[in-house]
Amino acid sequence: MWNKRREEEPPKPFKPLAPQGVSPIPASAPAPVAYSSVEVKKEITPVSSTPMARVDPDGRANSIGKSVKVVGQIYSKEDLFVDGTVEGTLEASEHKLTIGPHGTIQASIKAREVLVLGTIQGNVEAFDRLEIRKDAKLLGDIRTARIVIEDGAYFKGSIDIIKPEPVKAASKLPAIAPAAAAPANPAPAAAPVAENRR
Amino acid sequence: MLRGSRGGPPADNGSGRPPVLSRVVPAREGMSTRPSRGLEEFFGHIHGQSGLTLLDLGGATQQNVNFITDLGHRLTSENFLQILGEVSGADGLAAQSNPGRIEYFLRQALDFPDQNFDGVLTWDVLEYLSPAMLTAVVERLHRIVRPGSYLLAFFHADDKLEAVPHYAFRIQDVKTLHVSQQGMRKPVQLFNNRSLEKLFARSESVKFFLTKDRLREVVVKA
Repeated sequence: MWNKRREEEPPKPFKPLAPQGVSPIPASAPAPVAYSSVEVKKEITPVSSTPMARVDPDGRANSIGKSVKVVGQIYSKEDLFVDGTVEGTLEASEHKLTIGPHGTIQASIKAREVLVLGTIQGNVEAFDRLEIRKDAKLLGDIRTARIVIEDGAYFKGSIDIIKPEPVKAASKLPAIAPAAAAPANPAPAAAPVAENRR
Repeated sequence: MLRGSRGGPPADNGSGRPPVLSRVVPAREGMSTRPSRGLEEFFGHIHGQSGLTLLDLGGATQQNVNFITDLGHRLTSENFLQILGEVSGADGLAAQSNPGRIEYFLRQALDFPDQNFDGVLTWDVLEYLSPAMLTAVVERLHRIVRPGSYLLAFFHADDKLEAVPHYAFRIQDVKTLHVSQQGMRKPVQLFNNRSLEKLFARSESVKFFLTKDRLREVVVKA
């Protein structure tokens, strides 16, 4: 019913909202200059014109741009691309962390996977994989399951290869295979997990 | 015979036969594969052990990282010559005789706790050091390795060479090195067996292997 009444109403002429202190402009006035200047002011509200995905090679990660500096602790629950400066700690335990070519990190890092194209000064723990690309620089100690160092990368520090945790893998096994089938030979099922280091 | 293959493009034996194992096997320009008795000796001493801490002064390379960590060891990597170049700057050898610069260099390149390492791969870096710097570096190496651990070093034995090729050494297996030439460098000092024994006088033993390409491979027991 309400809809019907609305349909019956004649369409109102467009009347733009005037900001406080500015007198409304008559609808009959032909394109006043003062009106358009107010609109321009509204349009220049500071919004980045550069899509964030453009600086992220994968187009999926959250990004810290190259003109941004962060001092403190960063915890990320999604993939993160850092092309700026970070001092403190940087943690993305279950996700991929990419340090872009302009990225300068003075922080301890924990992530599932770390890709370095810029500079890191600090210890890095990459539970799954660490890759140091050409011209990247890493000064610090590394703990990772797998490591890739391109020719031309600079690394100073120690490398500790950690084995993937077999406990988590073993705990998932009963869900896949019924308990009745498991006792036959459980050892071979766990063995490849331990060997999955490289 | 092998000098040509080290200084210029890889030599071809021209016989059409497979290369003899004791020769440098050309892989591609500037890169070759060579057997290394010193390397074999070094890894022979730590064979069967795991969880050791090794120091590689040749900078981080994928092959060395893979090889050493696959054996279950922890690897510490230092690009010794790059740090030396940064510390020496334009002054070159003069800076290497300055006590302040020597101390600074040791802090940059070899600042580790005493008895931290179970083995050191120095490759050929020691022959590019001035006598004062070399003495300080060897002294520091003695401090940071555990007693009874081993050190592998290479020294060119040909005293007629003006400059020698500088290599990146990559471990292919326990007795084979993949070497890629990084440029030419003039060794500051040339050593014979006697002078090397003197240099490592504090060590328990020094073992030499002279290769056909006049490279003296030295395994030192600290």
